[in-house]
Amino acid sequence: MNIYLTLARRELAALFLSVTGYIIIAAVTLLIGLGFVVLLTNLGSDPSPVPVTEMFYGTYFFWLIVLVAGPVITMRLFALEKSAGTYETLMTTPVSDLEVVASKFTAALIFYLIMWLPLLACLFVVGHFTNQPGAMDPGTVVGTYLGIFLVGALFLSLGCFASALSRTQMTAAIISFVLGMSLFALGFLAERIPVTAQWQTSVVSYFGLFGQMRDFARGVVDTRAVIFYTSLTLVFLFLTLRVVESRRWK
Amino acid sequence: MIEVKDLTKRYAGRTAVAGISFAVNRGEIVGLLGPNGAGKSTTMRILSTFMPATSGTVRVAGFDVFHDSVEVRRRIGFMPENNPLYLEMRVREYLKFRARLKGLGWTRSRQRVDIVMEQCGLTDVHRRIIGQLSKGYRQRVGLADALVHEPELIILDEPTIGLDPNQIRSVRQLIKSLAGKHTVLISTHILPEAEMMCSRMLIMFEGKILAADTPENLQSLMAGSSQVIAEIAAPVDELRNAWLDMPEVEQFDVSAAEGAFQRCALTPRDGHDLRPQIFELARARGWPLRELTRSRHSLEDIYVQVTKQNEEEEGA
Repeated sequence: MNIYLTLARRELAALFLSVTGYIIIAAVTLLIGLGFVVLLTNLGSDPSPVPVTEMFYGTYFFWLIVLVAGPVITMRLFALEKSAGTYETLMTTPVSDLEVVASKFTAALIFYLIMWLPLLACLFVVGHFTNQPGAMDPGTVVGTYLGIFLVGALFLSLGCFASALSRTQMTAAIISFVLGMSLFALGFLAERIPVTAQWQTSVVSYFGLFGQMRDFARGVVDTRAVIFYTSLTLVFLFLTLRVVESRRWK
Repeated sequence: MIEVKDLTKRYAGRTAVAGISFAVNRGEIVGLLGPNGAGKSTTMRILSTFMPATSGTVRVAGFDVFHDSVEVRRRIGFMPENNPLYLEMRVREYLKFRARLKGLGWTRSRQRVDIVMEQCGLTDVHRRIIGQLSKGYRQRVGLADALVHEPELIILDEPTIGLDPNQIRSVRQLIKSLAGKHTVLISTHILPEAEMMCSRMLIMFEGKILAADTPENLQSLMAGSSQVIAEIAAPVDELRNAWLDMPEVEQFDVSAAEGAFQRCALTPRDGHDLRPQIFELARARGWPLRELTRSRHSLEDIYVQVTKQNEEEEGA
């Protein structure tokens, strides 16, 4: 446990000690701000029937942030250590592979959540200065952040996996972006294809990322979606662990 | 401390280490010598549990590097080639982080970090960012990291590469000071360096260990073919005759040097040391003698010599 915390702290510090970390935060803040602008222009003077968080989600800046930030945060995790050679110093200390994978993922997730904090400020501004008292409604805010957390965890676990496979940050970013895009495309497919008796369509329907996230933004927590994201995240973390372990059987 | 038996490592299509066996005792400083690509780094990576061996067994402090990898890692301090460090961290912060990773408690890691920083001369730079330090200081940070948890075995891959002569001297002194308390395995391709630091040398070449002995024994093994250079002011003919009359001289070569001096390169027979005889000769004849040296062997000579011997043994 101690080693896990020590490692996670260093990973998080490394994200904040590098220029990349601040560039990511700045870019995401800009995108959230753009979403906020779109949101404001859409707001009428009367209280809207739709929760403000769902309106923000409707601007689609959400997916842009997740798709781009995921690979950029995670690309360094393993690939940078391999190209700098520090992977060797790290793996020759008495740490377990699980501790390494878990700590790197945790650090990325914490950074990702910090990155989303400006959204709270936007919601606060809307709730306080416009005629939308429901903007800071605890239910929808918690639901939205739970969605952000779950979707983020999945995309970050894809990134971890890609980074563990790669020797350079660039390849890691490309692989995780492609994986993320495929998942995103499956989401589209799930929206378009009606569920029929065939098993293929019902499998695809699980990947209804958009519907699931819209529910979260409405403050509706669907346990099926929670289980879907959690289990897929665990699958990719497990694959990452196997890749890290594979060093020993090569 | 280290027992290596029939260790082989094959990469796709290439054998990096071809069935080597050796043992290192507790408290020894052993040098792993060889040219680039001889398999030194591969051997060290296997010893440090970073890579698995293709076949063969390696035990460190009685633990198998593959099956009891974590136990082995607890007992070693490894500094890989090119000394990779987290450049964005500060010296003290880095060493504390490493100490914690290696399982030292909060207070213990603080104490140890202070001790190794003192030992490696890092106290003055403890607040500096590693990326801004000179190569010599970075090397010391790497060494301090290898020492911080008081490991039984310290493995250093090319610890002095790329340093200036002063820095090399201080790193060598530091390594020498570890003798007795720790077991040290160092790789290098510089022969004099190994001679200075190590109590025993293993010479590796193309994935095999060609010779394993003390530096003195290896030197005397080589002395047999070491040339003696003498610069003497004397008529060429008389000099030639003098060498012909000397039975211990196997081969000689006389060439003109500046002034009246002649430069003679003499190869002795059966490892004989020719120097006293040459001095006697010059004194008896009243010839001025201005240089008399026995050339020392470079690592390349040793490889050539040792490979030649091996071939002869195989042929016989």
